[in-house]
Amino acid sequence: MKKTFRIGGVHPHDNKISAEAAIEIFPAIETAYVSMAQHLGAPATPVVAVGDHVKVGQVIAEPAGFISGFVHSPVSGTVKSIGPRADIAGNLVPHVEITVEGDEWMEDIDRSDTVVKDIPFTPEEIIEKVKKAGVVGLGGASFPTHVKLAPPKDKKAECVILNGTECEPYLTSDDRIMRERPREILIGGAIMMKALGVTRGYVGIEENKPAAIASMTEAAREFPQIEVVVLKKRYPQGGEKQLIDAVIRRQVPSGALPIDTGAVVQNVGTSLAVYEAVQKNKPLIDNVITVTGGCLPVQHNYKVRIGTPMSKILEVAGGVPEKAAKVISGGPMMGRAIANLDAATVKANGAILVLTEAETRRKPESNCIRCAKCASACPMGLEPWLLNKLSRAGGRFDELEKERVFDCIECGCCSFTCPAQIPLVDMIRISKAEVMKIMRSRPKK
Amino acid sequence: MTGTILITIACLVALGLLFAVVLYFVAQKFKVEEDPRIATVESILPGANCGGCGQAGCHAFAENVVKAPSMEGFFCPVGGNPVMAKVAEALGRAVEESAPKVAVVRCNGTLASRPRTNVYDGYASCKVMASLYSGDTGCKFGCLGKGDCEAACKFDAIHVDPEKGVAVVDENKCTACGACVKACPKSIIELRPKGFKNRRVTVLCVNKDKGALTRKACTAGCIGCGKCAKTCPFGAITVENNVAYIDFTKCKLCRKCVEVCPTHAINEVNFPPKPVIAKPNEENV
Repeated sequence: MKKTFRIGGVHPHDNKISAEAAIEIFPAIETAYVSMAQHLGAPATPVVAVGDHVKVGQVIAEPAGFISGFVHSPVSGTVKSIGPRADIAGNLVPHVEITVEGDEWMEDIDRSDTVVKDIPFTPEEIIEKVKKAGVVGLGGASFPTHVKLAPPKDKKAECVILNGTECEPYLTSDDRIMRERPREILIGGAIMMKALGVTRGYVGIEENKPAAIASMTEAAREFPQIEVVVLKKRYPQGGEKQLIDAVIRRQVPSGALPIDTGAVVQNVGTSLAVYEAVQKNKPLIDNVITVTGGCLPVQHNYKVRIGTPMSKILEVAGGVPEKAAKVISGGPMMGRAIANLDAATVKANGAILVLTEAETRRKPESNCIRCAKCASACPMGLEPWLLNKLSRAGGRFDELEKERVFDCIECGCCSFTCPAQIPLVDMIRISKAEVMKIMRSRPKK
Repeated sequence: MTGTILITIACLVALGLLFAVVLYFVAQKFKVEEDPRIATVESILPGANCGGCGQAGCHAFAENVVKAPSMEGFFCPVGGNPVMAKVAEALGRAVEESAPKVAVVRCNGTLASRPRTNVYDGYASCKVMASLYSGDTGCKFGCLGKGDCEAACKFDAIHVDPEKGVAVVDENKCTACGACVKACPKSIIELRPKGFKNRRVTVLCVNKDKGALTRKACTAGCIGCGKCAKTCPFGAITVENNVAYIDFTKCKLCRKCVEVCPTHAINEVNFPPKPVIAKPNEENV
């Protein structure tokens, strides 16, 4: 019997219409806009000046704190400006604008296709290399990977789980890299296992990706310590806590970190980036982005340099059709609508999804009928109807905290399943932010 | 049949009397002495339980004001000075006058002056909208127009004007309870004194972006040029974070700033129309 997580979950239609589109290299761009806030934590500090010439892979910004990261130039050319620019949500974020001239790479980057399997580095060297390459979690939260590879001393890692579930509908970028570059992903996994000093590795893949399962299983024969685990199709299996439960049958307690179960979860895309960083000296300067949607004539999986404007990607993909109403960055469940199409891609962008008005239409909200569908769908075992009620009442933060609003992973299962169309996740998200702020402001014991 | 009914009635009456007597003695025995002045004060208060005074409700206000040694720190914004005078009289204390206030929406980014750059089709709540992104205009500081203030107002005094797309206060109904101030996720609404003859001069903008960005997003925004601050003879205007602010304690309502503001971000209300000064016409000379 195939494994899955034990609490909640929903089954949205998977719509993986771009699964057969092989990864294409995105054509060269004229200008790259590189955001300084591509990772969780403090935005990086630029170390280049206007007029400087930069090569592909050159460091253009350094971390500004422990939870922060390096940013590298994704193109070669001249720095045109450094200043605020609107991101996809319209918020102003410092960007470095680079006018592209040719494609000159840093000399120490190995650009050949040969797969290097031997790992001659010590754990410390690996972590340093991952940090210097600016690798962040590509599953969405963009947590700096080097921080995750160095858990606190009192916590002991026991295994590495590579996340190839890609449970969000429409997305296929992880599916494609698992089909096309399975060995590199597994070497990346082995590198992280070495860094953490563990001997057990897993790759969790949902059953709706048979080609990826076949290629990863084939490649895994070389790696006896890594096991490919086929999982049932269920959203949000790609959530860190859900994946741990599905693969190794351990539940992360409320308020604890995934490392408390001994598992370190990394996305397969991150694993590939770790491989390239450690074995090829290639920093994280590009990623695979799915351009999809039922209304597009052709779906694509592009390998795009970071800093490419979204509008440019859509233009190359064949333009936005007339009937399109909404463009989403990410999948339909957790992705965010793009308010500003001129915004440039960042490391963690995985998809651009174009939907029509009929697909995104919001039905009118009605009253809660106490069916408890939200409570059975919640993968964190919360009661979304109650959190919604408390959130709307205003100011009842103590009760919200008691009901563990901070455990919400904002997966949207509750809103998806609600027959009364109540915007549960929206209401929970706003009070979660408030409660987290109150909890953080408390003096630490 | 009639007998059964009569017996039932008799039993119930007997039980009722018995419990009444028991309850009477229990009530006497466990009587809680409450200061009678609390009830008096509560009867004077408007009873809206809006929380605008900072207390949990009208009863809590009455309780605390009776306990307190003076009237300091207690003000019912709904009832205003007349109610506070009555409360002070009932408690035999000196009256403390406080200037009546009104909520002011510091955003004039109407549909005409602030073009929409995208369409928000999510849940109609400013709080939800603000948690998702910067908003449907180029300005991330301005009024989102989804009516969280309208829902919070218990006095029907603030509404989102569908033609303007921003919240508008009805100053006759506004009691300055401050519910809208708390509800607004963008912190645009401010309580300001109603002013002499309800006349006020206010900067209707809170955009902290640099001038060029503000101008791009909204034609009515404060660009932080500082002309008003230089013009003000009373030093009432400060420009901080690219936005001007008028200190109402220093403003003497001369309106010189209104004239110099290049984007008309400074707004005057309830002033009589200016006398039209006949300009010398070249043909008449």
